[in-house]
Amino acid sequence: MEAAAGAGCGSGPPLLLSEGEQQCYSELFARCTGAASGGPGSGPPEASRAAPSAATAAAGPVADLFRASQLPAETLHQITELCGAKRVGYFGPTQFYIALKLIAAAQSGLPVRIESIKCELPLPRFMMSKTDSDIRFGNSAELHGTKTQIPYLISEKNTFKRMDDEDKQQETQSPTMSPLASPPSSPPHYQRVPLSHGYSKLRSSTEQMHPAPYEARQPEGPSSGNQGTKPPRHQASLIRSFSVEREPQDNSNYPDEPWRITEEQREYYVNQFRSLQPDPSSFISGSVAKNFFTKSKLSIPELSYIWELSDADCDGALTLPEFCAAFHLIVARKNGYPLPEGLPPTLQPEYLQAAFPKPKWECALFDSYSESMPANQQPHDLNRMEKLSIKDVADFPVSTEDMTGDDKQALKSTMDEALPKDTSEDPATPKDSNSLKARPRSRSYSSTSIEEAMKRGEDPPTPPPRPQKTHSRASSLDLNKVFQPSVPATKSGLLPPPPALPPRPCPSQSEQASEAELHPQLNRASSQAAESSPTKKDTPYSQPPSKPIRRKLRSENQATENQEPSTTVGGPASVATVKPHPIVQKQSSKQKKAIQTAIRKNKEANAVLARLNSELQQQLKEVHQERIALENQLEQLRPVTVL
Amino acid sequence: MAVCVAVIAKENYPLYIRSVPTENELKFHYMVHTSLDVVDEKISAMGKALVDQRELYLGLLYPTEDYKVYGYVTNSKVKFVMVVDSSNTALRDNEIRSMFRKLHNSYTDVMCNPFYNPGDRIQSRAFDSMVTSMMIQVC
Repeated sequence: MEAAAGAGCGSGPPLLLSEGEQQCYSELFARCTGAASGGPGSGPPEASRAAPSAATAAAGPVADLFRASQLPAETLHQITELCGAKRVGYFGPTQFYIALKLIAAAQSGLPVRIESIKCELPLPRFMMSKTDSDIRFGNSAELHGTKTQIPYLISEKNTFKRMDDEDKQQETQSPTMSPLASPPSSPPHYQRVPLSHGYSKLRSSTEQMHPAPYEARQPEGPSSGNQGTKPPRHQASLIRSFSVEREPQDNSNYPDEPWRITEEQREYYVNQFRSLQPDPSSFISGSVAKNFFTKSKLSIPELSYIWELSDADCDGALTLPEFCAAFHLIVARKNGYPLPEGLPPTLQPEYLQAAFPKPKWECALFDSYSESMPANQQPHDLNRMEKLSIKDVADFPVSTEDMTGDDKQALKSTMDEALPKDTSEDPATPKDSNSLKARPRSRSYSSTSIEEAMKRGEDPPTPPPRPQKTHSRASSLDLNKVFQPSVPATKSGLLPPPPALPPRPCPSQSEQASEAELHPQLNRASSQAAESSPTKKDTPYSQPPSKPIRRKLRSENQATENQEPSTTVGGPASVATVKPHPIVQKQSSKQKKAIQTAIRKNKEANAVLARLNSELQQQLKEVHQERIALENQLEQLRPVTVL
Repeated sequence: MAVCVAVIAKENYPLYIRSVPTENELKFHYMVHTSLDVVDEKISAMGKALVDQRELYLGLLYPTEDYKVYGYVTNSKVKFVMVVDSSNTALRDNEIRSMFRKLHNSYTDVMCNPFYNPGDRIQSRAFDSMVTSMMIQVC
């Protein structure tokens, strides 16, 4: 370990360089000085210990080098100031080394300050025309030999599955390069040609996407600093990925690595397809697919373009390979890659069909499908297959759930949050256009939810489920439970509390189902509903869910006690009865609330219809009267004419 | 080789209009606009008969000094109008028909996209590229 005293810069603290850093810096310094004056740079490492020798790096090559680090200009100014070159007037070895260290710090996302250089930092990255050796050198030192990245397109799952810096950076960067660079060019060109273009595009489009992986990366990043500004991190990742990307580039026949679908991605897409369309060999219709893809929160023109790319036969429907291609493009776009001009060869339907033959879609996939839906415990396949809505909302975050242990909680919680919001909208407005409003809120899984989860310390509390939303689904389950022998908590038997958790609510199903299923319940609970619903409205939902349920149960059980428990808000008496059956209550609470919600809605609908009915009756009466009047007139006139 | 291509919706507002000399576009827009009257006249003339009997290709709508305007109407009353340079005498009717057929096919493909709402402007890149291929190659 070398310690170069900051003799040149008075304010600089002693600079600790590791051996790798020392070597790299001295090489770079040598190049800068060599390029300028031809004088010997700081050859042997020991020489750097000496006071600033005559060897100084000329400003020209140094400026080029700094610019090649891809940091913004103001950062470079800061660095030059801090390292003392401005003060001293030249770039001596110490200033140069300090500057390089600051560049490394900036690229790692640390603020540009002297303190930053005290910690262990990766080597700075420079993108220059003849820097293959440099970067490769820096590569090996920094990456610790982990070069096992497979240049696949990043998907949400991949992001979190491999939490390594290198993977992420490479993946984030490579797709921008591949569609932009011409098919296989030499690696240095490959990295340089699309650098500016891809970089700028990435910067603009992915800053909101990348905080998530960056935040997630923090615990494992080699740099210890954690409070990086995003652009430097971004640049660091880009540049690292650039340097990393070149090695594995020749692994495949196609230059467009990010457009290749991995096995797990393929499975996920197939599962999604099955959720929309049980028969893997048939189509998904346009409207169904539109609903599904709209949930990805991409803009409509982009989705339209993705459709154009993926629907090869332009028939308005997606077969499985077309669907996979479209999904893949959406995932790519969400991760910030610009959409290609044409469908990449790895996404062509023929290629996809050849690469992933159909026989795979047997029970194996179905098993994995059911596994990959951790939240859907109930095997209500029929219900699931019918509609997309919430389940697909769940599926998108579920994909990331599969991959991240840490984020499972977060995603689940955000999903739970998202779901109630979603279900609240959908029952009210089952139309596609309206559901678009609801879905964007629940689609915030990838970027913001993970970020928040990480910030919360990877263990966010599960928010309490909003009762009125989830029940719309749960209510439809009650019919199933009715026929099963369950906990005989009620005398009625029409509303037995279900023993297991209900599956993920599906609001559009519930809307259809609720009317049919609640009808028998309504018949019985009509009187109670009248009481329970207004009181339920009074009840704030912050109360433990057992209380309203208890109230309802009691109201069903004992008709005489209807008045009392239903009118007491949060009746304390009910609490006592709750305690013996807490678990049962929790399980039945959702159903009860669902029933109450559905009852309320039906009542509103009834009221509306009743009003309409009365109005129409009124009109009918008036029309009748008019008719009578007209007939009278006719009769009066008729005798005249006859005569 | 068209000079200007326009797709007009049923309600007579443009869904897509593009002309090759990007300057002086207004002249072409105006021509397309005035040609709509002629289109309507032709439709109504044949309109007494059933729609099936009406041919989609309307032929030459009207000639001007420099240009000729051709029209085509789909069964959903979406009109395609094409302005062709008069000096380009090599163009025969068949070629115009085939160009309209291509337009119609591309338009159908755009329609098939579920993200396209009928009545929106056509922003499909495939459609654009097809129209470009039909336009005059201006050096």
